[in-house]
Amino acid sequence: MPGIVKRLLLMIFVLWAVATILFLVFRLMPGNPLVAYIDPTFTEEQQEALLRLFGLDRPLYEQYFIYLGNLLQGELGDSFFYRAPVGEVIMKAFPNTIVLTFSSLLIAYVFGVLAGAVLAWKRGTWVEGVGIPAVLATRAAPEFWLGMVFLAIFSFNLGWFPAGGANTAGAEFSSEWARFFSLDFLKHLALPALTLALYLQGMPLLLMRTNMLEVMQEDFITMARMKGLSGWAIVIRHAARNALLPVVTAFALGVGHSVGGNVVVETVFSWPGLGRLLVNAVAASDYPLAQGAFLLITAVLVTMNFVADLLYSVLDPRVSHASHH
Amino acid sequence: MPATTSAHTPVAANRRSSLNRFASSLVEHVVGLPKRDPFALAGLVIYLVFLLVALLADVLATHPPLEILFTEQGALAASIPPFTGDHILGTTNLGRDIYSQLIYGTRSALIIGVTAAVIVVAIGTLIGLLSGYFGGLVDTILMRSADIALGIPFLPFVVVLAAFLEPSMWNVVLAMALLLWPTTGRVIRSQVLSLRERMFVEAARVTGSSTPRIIFLHIAPNILPLSFVYGSIAIGWAILTEASISFLGFGSSDTVSWGYMLQDAYLSQALSRGWFYWFIPPGICIILVVVAGFFISRGFEEVFFPKLRE
Repeated sequence: MPGIVKRLLLMIFVLWAVATILFLVFRLMPGNPLVAYIDPTFTEEQQEALLRLFGLDRPLYEQYFIYLGNLLQGELGDSFFYRAPVGEVIMKAFPNTIVLTFSSLLIAYVFGVLAGAVLAWKRGTWVEGVGIPAVLATRAAPEFWLGMVFLAIFSFNLGWFPAGGANTAGAEFSSEWARFFSLDFLKHLALPALTLALYLQGMPLLLMRTNMLEVMQEDFITMARMKGLSGWAIVIRHAARNALLPVVTAFALGVGHSVGGNVVVETVFSWPGLGRLLVNAVAASDYPLAQGAFLLITAVLVTMNFVADLLYSVLDPRVSHASHH
Repeated sequence: MPATTSAHTPVAANRRSSLNRFASSLVEHVVGLPKRDPFALAGLVIYLVFLLVALLADVLATHPPLEILFTEQGALAASIPPFTGDHILGTTNLGRDIYSQLIYGTRSALIIGVTAAVIVVAIGTLIGLLSGYFGGLVDTILMRSADIALGIPFLPFVVVLAAFLEPSMWNVVLAMALLLWPTTGRVIRSQVLSLRERMFVEAARVTGSSTPRIIFLHIAPNILPLSFVYGSIAIGWAILTEASISFLGFGSSDTVSWGYMLQDAYLSQALSRGWFYWFIPPGICIILVVVAGFFISRGFEEVFFPKLRE
């Protein structure tokens, strides 16, 4: 389908543009141009190897093509702080971010969709009068502040949850999967996931409510009413199903945005994910790591924007890409 | 009526009337506000209060916000609970007055919020006008730039920016100006696309008005309300972002902002020691300002774009 090819090309164009901007930003830094990849405390051989790998003694335009080539192979240099390849370091943090993102989005969307349907049904009642401002307040609250309040109450005061990290120090697991499903991990996950979910639920909730109000004015709902179906049967069997489509698209967009937005929540809860890695890398002037983490976050965001576009066209027959021809 | 005069009058009249319409419906709206839209009224009142606090910060604050205070006995006035002596909200663990920090934080929040909102919306409006009016290559270049800006994760970008620039609250404004204009720009563009085909623009073109004149005097006044809608949301966005960046430790350390207060509290173990009076008030202030922005923008939408709602 040509529409999809066009979106795909746009996605590749945006990724290329961001990579290029990043190249320019890191090379035009004041001081030694080598600083983007070489830490003065690296060993002589290591410095030599990195110099050759990134062609740092060649002209800038050659360096640019070497950089793009390396990028395609996932070669991002060595982290100054961890003394290990950047690819390895970010891939270790990435699963933690993915688990946090998906669990919080799942909670947020299940709750948001249900509450949105209820608010649409209760239009014009006190439930709406209280509900809407409350939802707006959760969208206005800084995520990290919600996290701080949760930490102070549920972790420090009541002692229900651990205060940070993803696992108790020294805990060992047979595999990464065993770690994710351990009680220890879930206990650590609960507070950051709830914090993010509380922030994220406003979007699906408001979206669902608007869609429901729209759908409920359409003919087939009136038909259902005339057939004598009860209120809840109409909501669940007819209105909700049709109102859900745009929410699915929003979910894909939400994944992309949360991976970037997780930066603050991961910092509050010392969650060992990509966002916290980026913050620490920047604070420690670990340029290769900062660059790698930023590129991965961007790649997720751009890919999910593309997926959202696709879902939108697949789920909503009115904007099918095929209809252009 | 001779053709020459009739061509001029509708153009001038339309421009005047669209500005007048904007002004009069604004006045009408504000007068009838308490009954019609209590939320928008609440938003306006919140803004007004914060504006007054920001302007009168020097009078309202009881202490210099960063000064380390001592008790009469000469001991450090550290971690004093609220409503003790002249410390309305108590003091930090280093003996700084929390209430005074909150008051001065209002000032930096409003400065950064309004500056960022004005810049972002001005850029977005300008790009939307140019893109929509000229179309073609200009439109393609500007809209592909919008795609790039929307593909860059915002908060991580501000963090990376902090790696190269001195810590300052203006980094947030710079990042917003670079990345957040597309939202406004795209909406304005689509409005301009329909406006430029309308009769009064056609009339202006026929009578020989210059292109800048048509764009800024005939089209721009019609989309101004839309810019206001996005501006009132952008203020809250800027304040939220500044708070996040200060919290992450990339803000300036000599300006007191709500984000700075929260970072200070977090790093000083205020959470584990249960000093709620330190980190609850700045969060409430942020929520109030951002929610006020939501309320006002909804009110605006209802007056000028009733079709956008429901």
